[in-house]
Amino acid sequence: MVKEIERAGIPVVHMCTVTPISMTVGANRIVPTIAIPHPLGNPARTPEEEKAIRRGLVEKALKALQTEVDGQTIFD
Amino acid sequence: MAYKVVHYINQFYAGIGGEEFATTEPAKIAGVKGPGMALNAALKAAGAEIVATVYCGDSYFAENNEDAITRVLALIKEENPDLVICGPAFNAGRYGVACGQVAAEVKEKLGVPTLTGMYIENPGADMYKSKTIIMETKNSAAGMRDAVAKMAPVAIKMLKGEELGSAKQEGYIPTGIRKNLFENERGAKRAVDMLIKKLAGEEFETEFPMPEFDRVAPNPAVKDLAHATIALCTSGGIVPKGNPDHIESSSASHYGKYSIAGVNDLDAEHWQTAHGGYDPSYANADADRVLPVDVMREFEKEGKIGKLYDFFYTTVGNGTAVKNAKKFAAEYAQELKANGVDAVIMTST
Repeated sequence: MVKEIERAGIPVVHMCTVTPISMTVGANRIVPTIAIPHPLGNPARTPEEEKAIRRGLVEKALKALQTEVDGQTIFD
Repeated sequence: MAYKVVHYINQFYAGIGGEEFATTEPAKIAGVKGPGMALNAALKAAGAEIVATVYCGDSYFAENNEDAITRVLALIKEENPDLVICGPAFNAGRYGVACGQVAAEVKEKLGVPTLTGMYIENPGADMYKSKTIIMETKNSAAGMRDAVAKMAPVAIKMLKGEELGSAKQEGYIPTGIRKNLFENERGAKRAVDMLIKKLAGEEFETEFPMPEFDRVAPNPAVKDLAHATIALCTSGGIVPKGNPDHIESSSASHYGKYSIAGVNDLDAEHWQTAHGGYDPSYANADADRVLPVDVMREFEKEGKIGKLYDFFYTTVGNGTAVKNAKKFAAEYAQELKANGVDAVIMTST
């Protein structure tokens, strides 16, 4: 799906936990996340901490969208 | 017993449980379990036996990869096997990647021949086809009997140290490794024969299929985030409570488009996941854990981004055919473009 969005001319960032799959499907901007059932959260933390983690990850994704890349790039 | 075989499977086939047990850590049981029974029956004729079954939860394997693979390899090594069989994983993504990695690393690090099986679209197939033998199976466990019938004869050949035939003859996914062999006809004659068939509109088989690289070059970066419209999309199956469009929990046949205009938070009262391929309890309690509407709304208010697009697009990426996923996104990408969306954040589980 990321590839089709990219093909339409829209920059896209893929946020996922299993980054090798993201590489295989051809995403160009990749941000690794926490865990498969809760990529953008961590239920072991307090709701405040969890939200701070999510903010951090989405900020990283926005940063990736603002970064020029010339091939597949993982933003660790 | 002439040959010892170790079988690797996931927590589901080991009978531990479904997604809620996907965090099960690596362990071993003596003898066969689940799909190992049919494999074992087929191997017995050749004097081979599955002596142990090693299993690991699919999420544990993916999320704690280094620890999981180290422990799985150690458990396998203790048995000193002659062959290791993984799966088959059919179209289960995490399981396929795990089977591929276990097979590849056992072969590389322990020097033991390995064999696995999966559907051609499983991401594990592309990742590991050059590093182990992957038998091509159907896309669901309904194809178990067929998979065992294909895997067992190849396993026996490998145990006996016999050379395998071509990918087409044996039924494995082409490894991309070329072998020298003598043909009866010269190359020039074979090429002309092919050309004549082609001109006559007949079927012909190339000797060197061109690799298919479907890569799309990255688009330029977003220049002015503070005035950009960003859309959220997901393969994690987030839908309004009750899943009004009945998006399937696996092998999704369609996608959903839902308004989040005025929504600041995906609360448990109004939102859930339709995905059947991961433990849904965390997403059902707070869907922002998969689709981060709450923080995107905050960024919008803070002026960090121009606007969060009023709709999100969603489907369930669980055994969903690549052809379908491609079609869904090609379709909604045009809508996003027509509505002035500048960039997309896609989340996957």
